[in-house]
Amino acid sequence: MKINKIILSFISAVAILLSTSVVSFAKVVGDKIVLGAAISLTGKYSSNGVHTQNGYNMAVDRINSMGGVKVGGKTYKFEIIYYDDESNPKRAAQLAERLISQDGVEFMLGPYSSGLTKAIAPVTEKYGVPMVEANGASRSLFTKGYKYLFAVLAPANLYLDVAIRTAVELNGGKGVRIAQAFEQDAFSQDVRLGILDAAKDTGSEIIIDDKLPKELNDMAATLVKVKQMKPDVLVVSGHTKGALTAIRQIAEMKVDVPMLAMTHCDAAKLSKQHGKNSQYALCASQWHKTLTYKDNFFKDGMTYAADFQKEFGYDPPYQSAESSAALLVFKDAFERANSFDQKKVRDALAATNMQTFYGNIKFAPGGQNVDKPMVLFQVMCDSSGKCENKVVAPLKWASAKLIHPIPKWSKR
Amino acid sequence: MDFMVFQYPMITVQACLDGILLGILFALIAYGMALQWGVMNIINIAQGDLVILGGYIAYFMYLYGIHPAWGVIVSPIIMYFVGVGIYKLVINKVVDRDLFISILATFGISILFMQLMNFAFGADVVLANSGYGTTFLFDNAVVLPNSKIFSAFISIVFAICLVIYMKKSKLGRAIRATAQNARAAKILGVDTEKVYAATFGINAALCGVAGALISITFTIHPYMGLPYTIRSFMIVIVAGLGNLPGVAMSGMGLGVFEEFADYILGTEFRIGSVFLLLVLILVYRRFKLSRKREYLK
Repeated sequence: MKINKIILSFISAVAILLSTSVVSFAKVVGDKIVLGAAISLTGKYSSNGVHTQNGYNMAVDRINSMGGVKVGGKTYKFEIIYYDDESNPKRAAQLAERLISQDGVEFMLGPYSSGLTKAIAPVTEKYGVPMVEANGASRSLFTKGYKYLFAVLAPANLYLDVAIRTAVELNGGKGVRIAQAFEQDAFSQDVRLGILDAAKDTGSEIIIDDKLPKELNDMAATLVKVKQMKPDVLVVSGHTKGALTAIRQIAEMKVDVPMLAMTHCDAAKLSKQHGKNSQYALCASQWHKTLTYKDNFFKDGMTYAADFQKEFGYDPPYQSAESSAALLVFKDAFERANSFDQKKVRDALAATNMQTFYGNIKFAPGGQNVDKPMVLFQVMCDSSGKCENKVVAPLKWASAKLIHPIPKWSKR
Repeated sequence: MDFMVFQYPMITVQACLDGILLGILFALIAYGMALQWGVMNIINIAQGDLVILGGYIAYFMYLYGIHPAWGVIVSPIIMYFVGVGIYKLVINKVVDRDLFISILATFGISILFMQLMNFAFGADVVLANSGYGTTFLFDNAVVLPNSKIFSAFISIVFAICLVIYMKKSKLGRAIRATAQNARAAKILGVDTEKVYAATFGINAALCGVAGALISITFTIHPYMGLPYTIRSFMIVIVAGLGNLPGVAMSGMGLGVFEEFADYILGTEFRIGSVFLLLVLILVYRRFKLSRKREYLK
C-alpha cells in the first residue's frame, strides 16, 4: 500500500513538473519554432480541416528537411501544436486562448473557414500574436483593422468577380442578366457583395437574387425561376452542398443557362460525383495545380500536386495548397526579421512580397493578399466521360479555352 | 416576397407536384414515427439521423457499383437490426418512463449518431446518382425528375405493404393490441417486449427506405437529420397517431406548403416556415384543447 502511494505521488510530481516545464519553454524550444493551430478535425468542417492540416504538415516537413529556418545564424525547425476545434467558433476561440496563455505559443496558423478565423482573430490580436491564416476569406476579416492577421488568400468578394466580367466581355461589353443564389453565411454573402459590385461596374442586372438555407438540399424553386426568366449567368455559392445540389438539379430539370459559375467545386469533387453532368460548370478557385508560379521549396504547382498525392493519396484541393503557402510566408518573415520578437516578425510579415508555388503574396494594410488573382476553371469532359478541371480565366494562366455559351441539354 | 408563383400558372402546377411528391416521402418517415409513438409512447428525436444513416447505406452501395435503387431493399433490412439494437441497448430502459426521459434519451442517440456518422463517413456532402432522367409535362413547362417520382412510388408501395402487414399478420395484430392497451395485451399473452423491439425495428427500416430515397433525390450529410425529425413530428401532430390517410394527407400538405413558402418567401425561409407552422399548430391545438376542457367543466 505504502509503496503504491509513494509511486503514485512520484508519478504525479513528475507529471506536474513535466507539464510546467512544457509551459515555460514553448515558443522557441531549443531549435524548434512552435506554432499553434486550432483545426476542425471533427464536426462539419472536418474534411476541409484535414486538408488544411495536411497542407500545414506537408510544408513543415519540406521546410525542415530543406534546412529549416535561419534566424540569428542558427537553424530552427518548425513544429505545430494542433487542437481540434470541433468546427465550433466558441471552442476555437477558447483553444486560441489556451495555445497562447497556457502553451505559450507566440505565433499562430489559422483554422479552417472564415467563421472560425473570425472567432480566433480577436484573441490573437489581444495578445499581439501574429497569425498567418490560409482559409478565412471573408471580407469582414480585413476591415476590422487587425494588425496581426495575415491571409495568403484572395478575399471572398473577388471569388466570382472574374466570372461576371468574363461574361460581360463575351457579351460585347454590354451588361448581362444575372441570376444568383447564395447561402446565408459570412463567406457566401461576401461573394454575393462582390457580384453586386461587379454588376454595378459593368451595368449588369440582377434578375433573381435568392438566398439558400444552411440545410439546403433542394433548390428546385430557384431553378424553375431560372428556366422561366432565362438569365445569361447563374451564380451559386453554398459550400459543397450548394455545388452538388445545383449540378444535380440543373441536370435533372434540364435547365439551360449560358454560363454557370460556382464556388467550392473541388471540395465537392464535382466531376467525380456527377461525371458528365458537371461539364461546363465554371468554378472559382484560389489555386490550380497548372498555374506556373514557382518557389524553391515545392518548385511549382504540378510538382506540389504530385508530392502531395504521393504523401496523402489524393489530389490536393486549394485548401491544402494555401495552407502550405502560409508556412512559406512564416519562414520568409522569420528570416527577414532575423528575430523571434513578435513585433518585429509582425512588421516583417506586413512587408512580405514574395512568390510561392501557390501565387504571389503581398499583404494590404487590412491583411488580405492583394497580389494573387482568383482563377476560374471549367469542368471539361472527353467523349469517354473522363472529366478534368481546366483553367480558363484569367487568360494569362489559361490552359484551355472557355466554352461559352454552354450547349443546350437537348444538344448534349 | 416574390409572387412569381401566381403570375405564371405553370409554376403553381410545378410547385404543387413537387410538393406532393416530396410530401409522400415525408409521410413515410412520419408514419414510422407515428407507429412507434403510438405503440411505445416515445418521441424519437433520432428519427432524422436514422434516415441519414439509411441514406449512407444506399450511398455506399452506389460507391461499390451497385445501383442505389437497390438500397431501397438492402437499407431497411440493415436498419431493422440497427433499430432493434438501439431498442435493446437504450430504449427498453426508458419505454415506460416519463415522455421527457425518452426524449432526452433519443436526443442523446441523435447526437451520438451524428458524430459517429461524421467520424465514419466524413463531413462531405454526398449523393447517389440514379441516372433516372426527367419527365416533361405540359409542353416542357413542368419538369419532374424521375428520381422524385420513383421516391414517391416506392414510399407508397412500402406504406401499403405495411398497412396490410399490420392488419393481417400475427405480429401486426400484436403491435396494434399493444398500442391499444399494453397491459391487457400482456395479460392475454402478447410478449410486449418483443413487440416493442419489432416496432422500433420497423420504424428504423422505414427510415432506411426513406434515407435511400433521399440519397437518390437530394443530398445527405451527417448533420442533416434534424429537419426530417421536425417534419415528421409535425405531420404526426397534425394527423394524430394511427391514422395513415391522415399522415399521408398532412405529409403532402406539408410538402406543398414548403414548396410555396420556398417560392413566395424565398428558399432561406423554407425550413423556417416549417418551424413556424409547427409552433402555430401547437398553439392552435392547445387552444382547442383548453376550450374543450372548459366545456367539460
